[in-house]
Amino acid sequence: MAVEQPQAQAMARAGEQTRIHDIGYRSYDGPRLGRAYARRSLYSQSLRGAYGLGRSAKSKVLPMLLFVVMCVPALIMVAVAVTTKANDLPVDYTRYAVIMQAMISLYVASQAPQSVSRDLRFKTVPLYFSRPIETADYVRAKYAALASALFILTAAPLLVLYVGALLAKLDFTDQTKGFAQGLVSVALLSLLFAGIGLVIAAVTPRRGFGIAAVIAVLTISYGAVSTLQAIADAQTNTEAVPWIGLFSPITLIDGVQTAFLGASSSFPGAVGPGTGEGVVYALVVLGLIAASYGLLMRRYRKVGL
Amino acid sequence: MIATESLSKRFPRVTALDRLSVDVGPGVTGLVGANGAGKSTLIKILLGLSPATEGRAEVLGLDVATKGGAIRERVGYMPEHDCLPPDVSATEFVVHMARMSGLPPTAARERTADTLRHVGLYEERYRPMGGYSTGMKQRVKLAQALVHDPQLVFLDEPTNGLDPVGRDEMLGLIRRIHTEFGISVLVTSHLLGELERTCDHVVVIDGGKLLRSSSTTDFTQTTTTLAIEVTDTDEHPDGTRVMREALLARGMETHQGDGLPGAGHILLLTAQGEETYDLVRDVVADLGLGLVRMEQRRHHIAEVFKDDDERADATAGAPGARKEAVGHGG
Repeated sequence: MAVEQPQAQAMARAGEQTRIHDIGYRSYDGPRLGRAYARRSLYSQSLRGAYGLGRSAKSKVLPMLLFVVMCVPALIMVAVAVTTKANDLPVDYTRYAVIMQAMISLYVASQAPQSVSRDLRFKTVPLYFSRPIETADYVRAKYAALASALFILTAAPLLVLYVGALLAKLDFTDQTKGFAQGLVSVALLSLLFAGIGLVIAAVTPRRGFGIAAVIAVLTISYGAVSTLQAIADAQTNTEAVPWIGLFSPITLIDGVQTAFLGASSSFPGAVGPGTGEGVVYALVVLGLIAASYGLLMRRYRKVGL
Repeated sequence: MIATESLSKRFPRVTALDRLSVDVGPGVTGLVGANGAGKSTLIKILLGLSPATEGRAEVLGLDVATKGGAIRERVGYMPEHDCLPPDVSATEFVVHMARMSGLPPTAARERTADTLRHVGLYEERYRPMGGYSTGMKQRVKLAQALVHDPQLVFLDEPTNGLDPVGRDEMLGLIRRIHTEFGISVLVTSHLLGELERTCDHVVVIDGGKLLRSSSTTDFTQTTTTLAIEVTDTDEHPDGTRVMREALLARGMETHQGDGLPGAGHILLLTAQGEETYDLVRDVVADLGLGLVRMEQRRHHIAEVFKDDDERADATAGAPGARKEAVGHGG
């Protein structure tokens, strides 16, 4: 009786192919570094990606350009301070990010969708979740990466100012204190903006929509808030000015740093929140950061496989 | 490799899996079912990504409910849908995915180069994947599932969208994953025909229920069909016809493989035993023809699952035997 040998044919067929391109399979016995390592790898890949590193030349243009645009005014200020032997820098450390907020918004709008919408659009997310990492790891890595990228963007000009101030032989204690306050402020700003940007971007797999939505949320809220503040100020209703500031991200940061970080408010009439109102500001900022994280977690629990 | 015990998954409106109990051993296993039969749900549960409503499952001896992370470290997954970002090269992408599986950077790069070569991607692996053909994309998807040298891979419809040649290459590759790489495979398909050539074992589910689980040889070895192809010579310009007549003279009926590739040049006959092989050899030798091929053709699994009426009309063979095979399914 002829015995069936189903594997014989298959092996013969495989043999024909292996002759072409096989030099033998090597199995892997090395270490598998697991979940924490995978999360760190995703973090560094996303952080590099936020500046276009490891991506196409085209995708480096915008983030690098924005980085340069962020730093150039600081360089000019330093040059002016050094040459004119001024007693102080033209702009406070805490004020710098507020002045440059358009650039920061543009950066968030361009890089937040880049970071998360692509994975959704090209359905790469299931590949991540078929590996040791879990929803929380993905969200934390992405959030931390964008927040770090924003921190680099906003802290670099402050560093330029600080180094310049020291070169101009300005008062060391004053400058160090101001620099530290500025760093705390931009750290908060980075967390807040990254959270808002990612939540919006994670809703849509379309990168274009994501960019438009982030810009809209950041600029419209600021536009509305500053208009209302101006009206309130004009009607000498100065009580209302700080409370209105609670409704846009950049005025929130402005409020927090006015109350706690020795900044002078950029609100109309320079009426910033006092300590009492400042506590509300700080709570709202922290609440928004926590809410962003929570919303991202909820979103990614659904898009699993 | 995989064991499930009355595994159920119910969604508010549908029951995706209904008390499914199945054991899958090492080797290549086909998971067959129509769209919506519960294949993808099963894979999701086996990866520890979706809790079962009831019942339990183990993969590589690890409980899916509690050891999901450990399972996913040792298992590869190739999704059915597109999952490749177009602006990244295959190398970069697979390296990243290797690191996501926990491979250190150097190992990730080495394994990526190896794996891409094994799946048949060469110079093009440095180009952005947006320009790849469907076949190349499928290879990258397979590479990312194999790059961390898993013990088991889940391949979800790997032949989807491929042309016949690409399909054959992919099936050959799947076979090699087990025979050469030593990695067990669970491959899903809604096409039964593909699996008979590739799998050692086939599990059929429908509506979340187990229809049948058995080895491919059980499905198809009830009768043996022999396919013969011979050369033409100057003496016998139509070798196939001469061969057919000679075999008929020795009392051996043959028929042409209608509709099969190479029809007209191939003679099919039912092997009665080892003497059939001797007979063919002798006839070929007497006629002085060259024997191009003599191979066993199995019946298609599809026949096994045909409705009774259709089966009655199916090719002559051993209907009783096939009925018996289906009888196991119940």
